[in-house]
Order: sequence, then C-alpha cells, then structure tokens
Amino acid sequence: MEKKHTIAITVEDQPGVFTRIAGLFARRSFNIDTITVGKSEKQGISKMIITVIGDDRDLERVEKQINKLIDTIKVTEMPKKSAFIAELCIIKVAVQDKKIRDDIFSYAKIYDAKIIGMTDKTLTMYLVGESENIESYIRLMVPFGINEISRTGVTAISKDW
Amino acid sequence: MNGAETLVKTLIAHGVKTTWGITGGVVIPLFDAMLAESDSIKNILTRHEQGAAHAAEGYARALGQPGVCIGTSGPGATNLVTGIMDAHMDSVPIIALGGQVATHLIGTDAFQETDMYGITMPIVKHSFVLRDSNKIASTIMKAFKIATEGRPGPVYIDMPVDVLKKEVTTISPKEVYIEGFQPTIIPNHRQIVRAAELILRAERPIFIAGGGVISANASNEFAELVTLLHIPVTTTLQGKGCFDERHPLALGVVGMHGKKIANFAQINADVIIAISVRFSDRITGNLASYAEHAKIIHIDIDPAEIGKNVKVDVPIVGDAKNTIIALIHTIKKLMKKNEKSAWLEKLVQFKGVCDKCIPTPDGKAIHPKQIIDVLNSLIKDEDIITTGVGQHQMFAMHFLKRSRPRTFISSGGSGTMGFGLPCAMGAKIAIPNKRVINIDGDGSFQMNIQELGTIKENNINVTSIIFNNSYLGMVRQWLEIFYGKRYAQVNLGKNIQFAKIAEAYNLNGEVIERVSELKEKLANAIKSDIATIVDVHIEEESNILPMLPPGGHLKQMFGTCIKGPDQWF
Repeated sequence: MEKKHTIAITVEDQPGVFTRIAGLFARRSFNIDTITVGKSEKQGISKMIITVIGDDRDLERVEKQINKLIDTIKVTEMPKKSAFIAELCIIKVAVQDKKIRDDIFSYAKIYDAKIIGMTDKTLTMYLVGESENIESYIRLMVPFGINEISRTGVTAISKDW
Repeated sequence: MNGAETLVKTLIAHGVKTTWGITGGVVIPLFDAMLAESDSIKNILTRHEQGAAHAAEGYARALGQPGVCIGTSGPGATNLVTGIMDAHMDSVPIIALGGQVATHLIGTDAFQETDMYGITMPIVKHSFVLRDSNKIASTIMKAFKIATEGRPGPVYIDMPVDVLKKEVTTISPKEVYIEGFQPTIIPNHRQIVRAAELILRAERPIFIAGGGVISANASNEFAELVTLLHIPVTTTLQGKGCFDERHPLALGVVGMHGKKIANFAQINADVIIAISVRFSDRITGNLASYAEHAKIIHIDIDPAEIGKNVKVDVPIVGDAKNTIIALIHTIKKLMKKNEKSAWLEKLVQFKGVCDKCIPTPDGKAIHPKQIIDVLNSLIKDEDIITTGVGQHQMFAMHFLKRSRPRTFISSGGSGTMGFGLPCAMGAKIAIPNKRVINIDGDGSFQMNIQELGTIKENNINVTSIIFNNSYLGMVRQWLEIFYGKRYAQVNLGKNIQFAKIAEAYNLNGEVIERVSELKEKLANAIKSDIATIVDVHIEEESNILPMLPPGGHLKQMFGTCIKGPDQWF
C-alpha cells in the first residue's frame, strides 16, 4: 500500500552530497514529497529529512540505495508514532475588511499561527507543526483568498521512551 | 613534494605499476611527476581515453587489482565516461583521474572546464574533487579502499591543476577511515542455517553464479560447495569461468542467449541459490513470471541488490567467499546422505540433448559456431578471452568453454561495443605471460580500432579475431526476427580490409574466407609473436540462437534445440 514515509539521513557534509542523494531518487524513480537539509549536532555531519511516497518495498529499496552511498552514515525511518515531525509554513492571505481580519485572527489563535506581517490588503503569518495541521489551516484560509504559500518541508527527530 | 608527486607516490604505494591515459594541459604536472618515478610506474599512452578506461578495466578484471585511467580536462575526461559507466555496471574496480582547470577558474566556463564530478555522479561508486594538496594522499587512499572493498566499482577523482602543483606540507596518513563505508563481509549465521536447511530440503535445486564469485576469488570454494551438494550450476555472463564449464554439473550460461537447458532449469527449480547476481532483465526475462515456483536464496555483498528485482526468500548479505565457506561448514554438519536425485539425472540427460542440438552450418560460408569450435580446440584453460559486444560475444558466451575465473572478460551490464580490444591490452599488460585473445565483431572492433597504435608502440601481443559479417549483426538479427527484415541502419558495407589496417600499423593481418583455413590460420595467429588481427569473413545473416524475446517468459526461448520445458519434470 502506498503511503508517505519520513526518512532521516545523516550524511558527511561534503560538497555535492545533496545532489548525490537527490539524484539517486530521480535515477531510481522514487518520488520525493519533501526534502530538507541542515546541520546536525555534530560538526561536519548534516541531517536530511526526506518524505517519500511508496509502499513498504519501495521504502526498503530507497533505504538500501541511500545507505549504499559512501557519504551516508545512517538511514532511519521515522514512523509517526515514534518521532516528532514538524514543518514550517508561511502563508499570505488577502484581507478585504476588518471582519475578515478578525476571523483570521481567531483562526490563527486556535492554530497557534503567528502574524508576522500586516498591510491594508494582506496578512502574513507562519505556523509550525505537523503537515496535516498545516494543511487543515491552509484549507481554512482558502475562502479568504491565499496570495502565496512557502513551506519548508518536514524535519523530524526521534522520540525518547 | 607537490600534489602531483604525492599522488603518484600514493598510486605506487597501492601497487599500481601501470596507468592508462592521455596527457593534456592540466595533467602535465601528473605525468611530469610520473617521469621521475619511471622505475616504479609507467603510463601507457592510449590513443583515446575510452581505450584507457577499458584497458584499466581489463587490467583490473584479469589481475583482480584496481586499474587506473587518466584523462585531461573537458573532452579528455568525458571520453572516460563510457568506461566508467561500464565499470559501474559490471562492478569493476577502477580509479579514473580527470584533469580540471585551476580552482580559481572553476565556475567561469574556462577553457575545457567541465563538471565531471556532476557528469559522473550517477555512474560511480564514489567521487572526489581534490581541493587541498594536503589531502591528496588520504583521498587517493580512500578511493582505493572504496573501489576495491565491498562490491567493487569505479571511483572518479577530479584534479584541479593548481592543487596538483601546490606543495604538500603534511605527511601522508598510514590508513584512512570512512564512517559511512563499512561493507558487510561476513554473513549472518542464522541466515546461513536457514539457507542450508532450505537447500538440503530442496528437490530441484540449482545454482546461479555471477561475477561476484570471481571478484571475491571464491571459485575454489564454490567448486567445493557444488561437489559437496551435487547441485547443477548455471552462471551469468559475468560469472562465466567461475566454475569449470566442462564439469558434468555445469549447465552453461543463463539469459537471453544462454543455454536452453540453463534457462529451463530455472523455470523448473524449486530452490534457486543465487550467488552475487543482479537478476537483470537479460537473465530473468519477464520479471513477474521469473522462477515463479522457486524459493530464492540470494547472496550478495551489496544489500541493495537483494530484493531489487526479484522477491527473495532467504537474503544473505556477505561476500561470496565467506558466505560459501560458511555454507559449506553448516551444510556438512546438517547433511545426511547425498542421494542421486531424479532432477539431476534428467538435467544431465537433457544437457546431452542440448549439446548436440546446435546449429548446423551449410558448409559454404563460415558459421560463427565453427570459429568457436576451432578456438575450443586451440585455447588453453589459462588463456584470457575478451570480447566486443554483439552476436560474436553471445556466440562466445554460449559455445566457448571456460574453466577458470578471470579468463573470460566481457562487457555485460552496459553492453559497450568497442570493449574488446582495449580490454585485451589491459589484460595482457596485467598478466604478460598469458595469451590474450579478443573475440570481436567488425562493428565493435571499429569502435576502438585506434588502440592498434597503442598496441604497436607498446608491443602488446594480443590476437583479435573479427567475426566479420559486414553488419551490426545483433541488431540485424532483431530486425530480421521482430521487424520483418526491415534492415535500418545495420549495414556496415564490405569495403574494410582489416588485415590491411593491421599492416598499416605494422602488425600482422590475416584473412580467413574458407572453413578449411580456420584451424591453421587461427593457430598461427594465436602463436604469433606480434599482435595479429584475423579478419574472418562469416556468413552474413547467421543468427545467434536460441533466443529469449526481450521481456518474454523464459519458456518462450526459441530457435534450435530441445522443445519447451513444461513436459520435462
């Protein structure tokens, strides 16, 4: 059954490592949904979080192929129940009048979205959280008229038990 | 000591005596440094970098040590690409060194600047850019480690010229550690026991042995395992020679142009023991229906190969040698009695039928099979055979008997025409006291024909036997069978006289036009003191059969020989 999988990859911070991994996905026809990369807690080691869509067999093949890359140190699947997964979304919404502004304010409060910019015609805010949460917030904003959205893609860390 | 000198010293420290390559502006420092070490290392100046890359492959595959090839920036380096890809597909350990413009010019589209690091990324095991002279030694050490350990493969190293020229101020490390590269060599014991139990329970087991048996130098251990179990052996093209093909249990090569008996055995097997094979489409035919009834034990050093194409019942990660040794050990403990199985008797009986069911030439023109027959009587077990790619290659694969590892070297995964000649010169330089014979086609031979110059200048005595049918024969065969003889772009014409080309290079040239001349002229060519090209004019439209239609079920193999496998078992 096809579903979304989140994979954490720790890699040597070498020039070209991002291309190497992204290229691998393209070459093996694996579908990347999101990809993020940043520094890890260790110097010289980066962490990439990739979400892919596929069945369990696809996932196994992806993991093995990534593991095979010399720059890869570790590949871990991050199932939802055992990892904190979050992304950041910045959203710019059209605002016609005060009533709409107030409506958006109240939604933002419920969803813990932070207002970071305001003009007479737009409201810009960001929110952090699980992708589902962000998507439901976006759906709520649709009727107001979304001008622009920027999303980071998810990052993740394992839970301690 | 500058960067280039350090690089050369590091190559020498890894046992490299020969490199293959062509000079150019940015690699002058490298070849200059080699000049000072000419007692220990020598570059053979090829005529084209593709020749250098395939020669490095031939060297590596004959010797079991990494080959090194060198190209200058831009086209020099891109000419290496086909050879790097070939090495990647067939898991050959080569180090490809490419020149690069000086670091301050990178990104300016300087003369011959090319992103070789990017170009080669999908076709290397790993690659490096030398950015710091002080890290040259450690990088080269890492490259050798990566190319040779685990599943072998090509490593590309980009060498900006300023880094080669700069003084090195640190001492080379004694060893290097790569955190993300720890191949599993020793197999898991529980999996070995599971495999052993499955094998011993099997009624219709079969081996399929691939190139990894050869690259792990596991042929002796494999023969011991086969003798212990008395299970028939098939091989892939890359595995050819890992097991004596004259042995009664040897059924031959599997795949599109393999032996029917070998393919039909896969269909009927209940357990397939696959050692270091990729289950490529040329082996399995239609994947969904491949060996539907068999449980598969898949042994490979590369975990990513297991489960990539076929569903595996017992996966074992480990190198062929250690895994086979572990299997022998466990099987000896678990084995009760070695009974003669009905399966084996039938296979041996059908093998006899299969062997007799070969194409019968009409006697007028020379049939390719007749050349192979003569070669089978002329070549010794230790002689090294290389091939080009095409019908001649498949005739050699199908009919030529090989009994030792590293004596049949052919481009499999990438099917690189033009592979045979440069590969032969690489093999000959690697092991000068062995005879090296390149079986080639007229199309394939012309793709690296320029290396005759290298062969002459360096007195590399190899014999090339050209199966000359004036066609790109394999495609012609496909057009005949699948396109109703509409021959598009396959006719090479009859105007080329290869023997005269040989003479122009001051080499030996021979022409064979009659069956009756085959034996004597081929014998003389192989014995000759200087490299010889034998232009054998063969029947123009002979086909290599049997054949599996691409993507077809193994039982759909057609042409010659025994009928379908269904009624056998």
